Amino acid sequence: MTEFLQLILSGLAAGSIYALAAVGFTLLWQASQTINFAQGEFVMLPAFFVLVGMTVLGMPMWPSVLFALVVSLLILGVLFKKLIVEPMLPHGTLPLVIATIALGLLLKESVKEFYGATAQPFPPVFPQTVHQIAGVSVSMQDVGNLIVSMLVIGGLQLFLNRTRTGRCMQATAQNPQVAEILGVNIKRMVMYTFLINAALATVASVLISPIYLAKFSNGETLGVVAFTAAIVGGFNQIRGALVGGLLIGVLDNLSAVYISAQYRSAIPLILLIMILLLRPQGLLGTAEGRTV
Amino acid sequence: MLKQLLATTAAALALSAATASADVKIGSIVELSGPGAAAGVNFHDGVKMGFEEINAAGGILGEKVELLEYDSQTDPQVSRAMVQRAIDDGVYAITGTVFSSSTVVNMLVAQQAGIPQFTGSEAPSIVQKGNPYIFRTAFGSQKGMPKVAKYMAEEMGIKKVALVWANTEFGKGGYDAFIEQAKVYGFEIVADIPTEQAQTDFSADVVKAKNSGADAVFVYLTEEESARFLREAQKQSIGLPMIGETTLIGAKVIELAGDAANGAMGHVGLSADAGVPAITEMVDRFKIKYKYTPDHNAIKGYTAAWTIKCVTEQIGKFDREAFVEKMHGLTLSVEECPGILMTTSWDDTGEMSRESFFVVVEDGKQTVKAILPPN
Repeated sequence: MTEFLQLILSGLAAGSIYALAAVGFTLLWQASQTINFAQGEFVMLPAFFVLVGMTVLGMPMWPSVLFALVVSLLILGVLFKKLIVEPMLPHGTLPLVIATIALGLLLKESVKEFYGATAQPFPPVFPQTVHQIAGVSVSMQDVGNLIVSMLVIGGLQLFLNRTRTGRCMQATAQNPQVAEILGVNIKRMVMYTFLINAALATVASVLISPIYLAKFSNGETLGVVAFTAAIVGGFNQIRGALVGGLLIGVLDNLSAVYISAQYRSAIPLILLIMILLLRPQGLLGTAEGRTV
Repeated sequence: MLKQLLATTAAALALSAATASADVKIGSIVELSGPGAAAGVNFHDGVKMGFEEINAAGGILGEKVELLEYDSQTDPQVSRAMVQRAIDDGVYAITGTVFSSSTVVNMLVAQQAGIPQFTGSEAPSIVQKGNPYIFRTAFGSQKGMPKVAKYMAEEMGIKKVALVWANTEFGKGGYDAFIEQAKVYGFEIVADIPTEQAQTDFSADVVKAKNSGADAVFVYLTEEESARFLREAQKQSIGLPMIGETTLIGAKVIELAGDAANGAMGHVGLSADAGVPAITEMVDRFKIKYKYTPDHNAIKGYTAAWTIKCVTEQIGKFDREAFVEKMHGLTLSVEECPGILMTTSWDDTGEMSRESFFVVVEDGKQTVKAILPPN
């Protein structure tokens, strides 16, 4: 039983970080029909901005995280929208998808070129203490990751549902033409979505890099997991992405121990195929319309 | 105009003449990117430093060495293509690759072309395929495992082992070698945990090892995965000795795992902290040159460069067949070839033998607990 609880806890902690990336994925789709296949690289990159802040600029960790957030908002938010999405979107979804794949490669290779191909140690965000509760080793890092991720996603949900700007963003996602007629500045709302995605990627990056280590290729795994989580949970719902992320984190752990360690990475993909066959809108997604 | 044309032609001719008269070419084919980059970059930097020093000392038989670099991307098929490219570029010998999964594939290409190849790989199968052109720069795991298993049984009294291994050519070789030794020393394998190359999340694996009732965890993963495993083990307070063969206690793992590496122990063929003066001096020069602490892979690469020089000078010509013949059954002493750092022997299969070390990581450094004789 303790083994089971340990696996659930570790799975939830990892899954909550996947959920951050998956939520960003769904947000971009909702707001601008952008399927961002560079999402994994978006999560990989901010860790290197933090390391640049610490090692090149000589700043302590938290100012470096702030620096990474600002740079990410600029590059992964503003520049991504202005230089890639806006010029490509009029040509349809497929060219944009291909453009994001190319962007992912560019980001990956750039990090490799400028920072090196080997993994880099990344400072832990939470204390490395462990408490024994009912036989389960509860690490502060796992608990911290879970709490921060849940707070960020909960805060985002509140922002979207309870604030005027959030509702304007939802209106833009649901029906941009009507939203514009009603006086919503849809360009600004879409920009906010890109900024939120960049911020989510930064938080995910800072949380996951102490475990994954900072490496240029981290996005390969994260991108697939985020995409799978978004599809499994429901591509048009934040809570769907949340559930998808948590489910994959837990399922990965349980399948590694109780089914087969060798086929662990296949299990989420089998789940993905089953969901697509049986419930294509995802576990919590809705079959029609789009809401943020 | 004519003057300019003549000058340009003369310059081009001079350049081509310089190229034609040059240099013996060596191909460094390593994992400069991908999951094996930690090992590959170290190995390559060691090779590079070795040949730079050789060139500074007059080269090989008076010829300067031109080191050609190829990135295998830790992909066996790419590595095969890169070996072919190196052969097309006219290399005299090849250094690399480090990852066994690549070496078992690309060494066939070098064999067909009759090019001597110095690999950093440790899978036993590499020297068991009857390839006369392949030579190790480190023990195969079938040589290292008996040493570490003996230490575990006799010095630590271990009986039950959780075995965590990489499901790759490298890992399978080590796994088979360890299982063989487990039979010899009566270890009970209470958890058998295969992992994937470039795996990032080890929480399930640590849970399994922790709850297996083992006396110790034997970890046979490559560098970055070893570091992630150690970090996760610390996160879950695994409370068991973690023992490895070469990679687990390497400098890169210690750097990446930080505090989590303290207490890890294992057998290493080469150690920057071994207290061998020649290795210490080489490591100091390496640190100054590359601004990081080299691991055993860098030392392997460095000794590969010097082996090529010393053996070529012993045969007195750039003759690949004579080189290969000389290498089989050769013992190269430090007196004959200081760059080899420790006296080393190769058998007829290309396997090597020399003294090695059992080390424990303490305060972020390897501490040598025992010097183990050659086997």
